[in-house]
Amino acid sequence: MVISEVATISTASAKGNQPTDTTWLAQGQGGVLHLKGDWTVAHARRIDSLIRQVRIEPGSLRQLDLGGITGFDTTGAWLLLRLADRLSVALPEAMIAAPHGVSALVQRVSAARAEPAEPSRGGNPFVVILARLGNATLEAGREAGAMLGFMGATVAAAMGALRRPGRLRLTATVHHMERAGLNALPIVGLISFLVGVVLAFQGAAQLQRFGAEIFVVNLIGVSVLREIGILLTAIVVAGRSGSSYAAQLGSMKVNEEVDALRALGLDPVQVLVLPRVLALFLMMGPLALFADLMGLIGGGLMASVALDIPPTLYVDRLTNAVSLWTLLVGLAKAPVFGALIGLVGCYAGLQTGGSADSLGRQTTIAVVQAIFIVIVVDAIFSIFFNIVGV
Amino acid sequence: MVLEEENAPIIRVTGLLNRFGPQVVHEGLDLEVRKGEVLGVVGGSGTGKSVLLRTIIGLNRPAAGKIEVFGQELARLEPADRQALERRWGVLFQNGALFSSLTVAENVEAPMREHADLPAALMDELAGLKIAMVGLPHEACAKFPSELSGGMRKRAGLARALALDPEIVFLDEPTAGLDPVGAADFDLLIRELSDTLGLTVFMVTHDLDSLYAICDRVAVLAERRVLAVAPIAELEEHPHPWLQSYFHGPRARAARKARQ
Repeated sequence: MVISEVATISTASAKGNQPTDTTWLAQGQGGVLHLKGDWTVAHARRIDSLIRQVRIEPGSLRQLDLGGITGFDTTGAWLLLRLADRLSVALPEAMIAAPHGVSALVQRVSAARAEPAEPSRGGNPFVVILARLGNATLEAGREAGAMLGFMGATVAAAMGALRRPGRLRLTATVHHMERAGLNALPIVGLISFLVGVVLAFQGAAQLQRFGAEIFVVNLIGVSVLREIGILLTAIVVAGRSGSSYAAQLGSMKVNEEVDALRALGLDPVQVLVLPRVLALFLMMGPLALFADLMGLIGGGLMASVALDIPPTLYVDRLTNAVSLWTLLVGLAKAPVFGALIGLVGCYAGLQTGGSADSLGRQTTIAVVQAIFIVIVVDAIFSIFFNIVGV
Repeated sequence: MVLEEENAPIIRVTGLLNRFGPQVVHEGLDLEVRKGEVLGVVGGSGTGKSVLLRTIIGLNRPAAGKIEVFGQELARLEPADRQALERRWGVLFQNGALFSSLTVAENVEAPMREHADLPAALMDELAGLKIAMVGLPHEACAKFPSELSGGMRKRAGLARALALDPEIVFLDEPTAGLDPVGAADFDLLIRELSDTLGLTVFMVTHDLDSLYAICDRVAVLAERRVLAVAPIAELEEHPHPWLQSYFHGPRARAARKARQ
């Protein structure tokens, strides 16, 4: 017979913790590989690399001596099977002196050996990018359609509630009006006030060059009433309430509460969406009015402190600079923005899939889309008002 | 699996007191779990079965009492030692509690990645092996938990619990919500894994079939303590009224008949 090799693979024992010892010996007797130590997940890296170093001619080895093994688990069994593959011996026949339970485990693992994962197929990168672009476009179109459908469903539910007011969830609506409207007053007011201050200060610095500081009142009046008050309110509400609607409805969706409503014969749009959208629809106007007021006060304060425009003069100039229409043009946009923020938030929430990751993504989408849509619609309003000449 | 056989208790709970506000859940509760056994924990709703499980694995801090696992008291260990101890058991929560943003394979790899020093390729292979061992098809590896059925999610949870080849697995109602065939399969799987891997299994359950099919001993929780721990045949004879109605109700008779 050809001289076969006898090798020892040994790993540190859990108890002794002595350094790993690898010895490869060539001896004239037998074709037996001795395995020692703990063949467990804790030593897997070492065993894995030892196995890769095995250099034995295939067929020269017939048996694996497991007598020296002190610890064994599924990881060990997996590695043992891999070693056997490498040495082209069959398990469990080639094992000798296996401790109790080892061969059963090896058989169990051997039976469960999964086929290797198929390599993911690549493709022409150009085609892949094109396909991705196409899919994204289709997805965006589908998304827009679904969103429009959702809006329609909400409007239909609102019409239904108009016809039969008893079906409107009054308590829920009032609750959301308080949370999204009343509770938002401090932050909306503060932000608006501060922006009024900044506007007055920066505007004055520019207008001073022409000696036209007094026009800072016109600047503040028109910009706050027409645009800034309502836009700031919309952005704050989108961040505050749009996100919270998405998170609420999203976690309800994950908990199957939305399905439960449907199974009880209730319409989620009517029970969940309508009160929220209606609350924002109704509260956006008052919030924007408050924002306008605080913005004007902020601007007036800065005007009197930094520009020596006394409050009486400020109010006097203001009444000349703006008309009731200026205020109404701003406020007219409020209910539309409110409804859009509510719709986008609720829609994003209801699109949540089953994972925590998806919930986070939908909440982000709710805020980003709501702000984007609000600004787009604001631009459209602007063009419209310009055409009708208000 | 450590190969030398011992019959020492692997978990020992003594004088456990658990209280939530005015409500006392456990008082003077003692329990020993032997190495290598499958212990079923039963009891009526609200007797604190899951609380006991959570207390043993350290998710719930008891008001009083001592809990030793592997002869060490968890509450007194340094964080590093505690982590080393926690690595030696796996837990299957009631609904699987899989990480929803990871695929099944990534879920199984998560404990390996955190706690074991393994080459990436080997980790993939081992995750595939564990997933196959709990009876999930190979395609399940790449799926997300939300794409799995309830039974598959439990199996995936078990694969994650077994990721680091633990010595103990804690199972919280493993067969609840499974169809009878799936539940019987799951029972067999647990028994087989316990036999081949030498696992100690601590199983909270309501399922009488599981008790008859796979448990070596059954611990009964009632009156805030462990009323009895014994093989199921002995418990059937126990005079306590709850046990009498538990083991001699219509469902128990059916389960026993099925067993015979």
